[in-house]
Amino acid sequence: MATQSRKRPFWTIERRDAVAGYAFIAPQLVGTLVFVLIPLGLVFWYSLHEWNVLANSFNFVGDANYQLLLRDPSLPKVLTASAIFSAGLVVLNMSLALLLAILLDQKLRGMVVFRTLFFSPVVVSLVAWTIVWSFLLQNNGGINGFLQIVGITGPNWLREPGTAMVSVVVVQVFKNVGLNMILFLAALQGVPKELYEAARVDGASAWKQFRRITVPMISPTILLTSIITIVGSLQVFAQIAVLTQGGPGVSTTVLVYYLYQQAFQFHYFGYGSTLSILLFLIVAVLTFAQWQLRKRIVFYEN
Amino acid sequence: MKTELSPRVKVALYGLMCVLLIPFVFPTWWMVTSSVKPISDIFAFPPDLWPRRFDWTTYQKVFELQPFAQQYWNSAYIAAVVTLGTMVFSSMAGYAFARIKFPGANLLFTVVLLGLLIPSEVTIVPLFQMFLKWGMINTHWPLILVPIFGAPSVFATFVMRQFFIALPGELEEAARVDGLGRFKIFWIIALPLAKPALGAVAIFTFLHSWNLYLEPIVFISSRNMFTLPQALTQFTDAYGGAMWNIQMAAATMTALPVLAVFILAQKQFVEGLAHTGLKG
Repeated sequence: MATQSRKRPFWTIERRDAVAGYAFIAPQLVGTLVFVLIPLGLVFWYSLHEWNVLANSFNFVGDANYQLLLRDPSLPKVLTASAIFSAGLVVLNMSLALLLAILLDQKLRGMVVFRTLFFSPVVVSLVAWTIVWSFLLQNNGGINGFLQIVGITGPNWLREPGTAMVSVVVVQVFKNVGLNMILFLAALQGVPKELYEAARVDGASAWKQFRRITVPMISPTILLTSIITIVGSLQVFAQIAVLTQGGPGVSTTVLVYYLYQQAFQFHYFGYGSTLSILLFLIVAVLTFAQWQLRKRIVFYEN
Repeated sequence: MKTELSPRVKVALYGLMCVLLIPFVFPTWWMVTSSVKPISDIFAFPPDLWPRRFDWTTYQKVFELQPFAQQYWNSAYIAAVVTLGTMVFSSMAGYAFARIKFPGANLLFTVVLLGLLIPSEVTIVPLFQMFLKWGMINTHWPLILVPIFGAPSVFATFVMRQFFIALPGELEEAARVDGLGRFKIFWIIALPLAKPALGAVAIFTFLHSWNLYLEPIVFISSRNMFTLPQALTQFTDAYGGAMWNIQMAAATMTALPVLAVFILAQKQFVEGLAHTGLKG
């Protein structure tokens, strides 16, 4: 036995690799535990407590915050605002991104310039971009000024419920649509050209080629970008804070903004935590649903 | 779809794209031109596409009203540290998950990936409590630690892993035969090949940190510690009304340098984003 162990040293390649593997992932793993997973556990624990920072009270109350969640008269409005915002953002963003990508995919000169310009808002500081739009959308601001020239009296965009929501959606779409546009463009350029040639030989119209070749071939990208866009839309905060502060009324108070108000403006940390759990569940369910869809709908995947 | 287009179609396409460009380009134009308008002209009718009078003192006032140079530095060094830290940790973890066989690798990868489902907005309340306990409120630590280890870095780890998985293994095998250890293989062989993926990670991480807003307003309370996004919203008069031209000057100084870097390096920028693990 002793001779055998001498033949096989303790530090085999497998053992060395295992140590290296753990060492390589250690910072990321420990960091994710400390700054993501443990806080998630804590936020659930907090959500079972009545906790007012100002009153310095921290009492276990079981599911009382969740009862409150069901009775909170503002919450249905907040969830509606979130749903409208996310749905509007995803639909507008994805269709505009696809349109721009198709335009940029045409054989024309100067496409790099157009691509650069359409992409440029992505690299403009988010709050700077939002502040400029806030300035443009003032009642006496630039947009209404230009509308006035052509004889239209524009609404007070950020102070009327309908237009306020439209404004925050549109500002966000123009900010980030370039990202999806680039991903779509890469996907379009990856579709084998022979497929189109074969379709043309068979006499398929441009629309039919789009429906039957382009869409199925880029469906993995469509799904991936839609996941990123939806989850991103649920995290929107700065745009709301700068443009409307959730108003008028609660018409643009999306869930994250409501959470922020409850926790950090009204100091209801317990209820704020309960709203955090709700936000987490929505993100998790949406992501899970989309991964399931991926299996069923996505036509082609490499 | 790829046939030569007729001139009429070409003109129509150019026209359509120019119209579509307006909401992408005009705000930046408006920001820059309004930053040098005197306050009396800021809401002039009809609106001026080019300032009718110039007031360059707005740029000076930005620095008088706020410790703007300090705030600029805060944002810049935090973004630099976060970007560098994320590149180091996510490439190491991504490499290990893609290339090294060790017990529990799949389970641990799933644990890390869970981080993607948990944006920092969800955990902001306990994070506030943790940093309060550690005496790190009104310091830059939360703005550095949370992004380096939170959801954006998990995404970066995922991108790096996808890249390393696709990398052919022959070079590494040859290095192993030559007796190189794991870290050397990673550092000398794998990492230099991963430049495109690292570039994409760097861009994403930098922009994420540069744009951060919820975390600063929760964790930071004193002007000298503010980051740029926070500072931009502070240019108001005694009645809380926005001083638009000064705000636009501050916004211009925040936006233009990054925009300039992007335009100079746009090819690497855009292609880096398009051709990494992002494709799915």
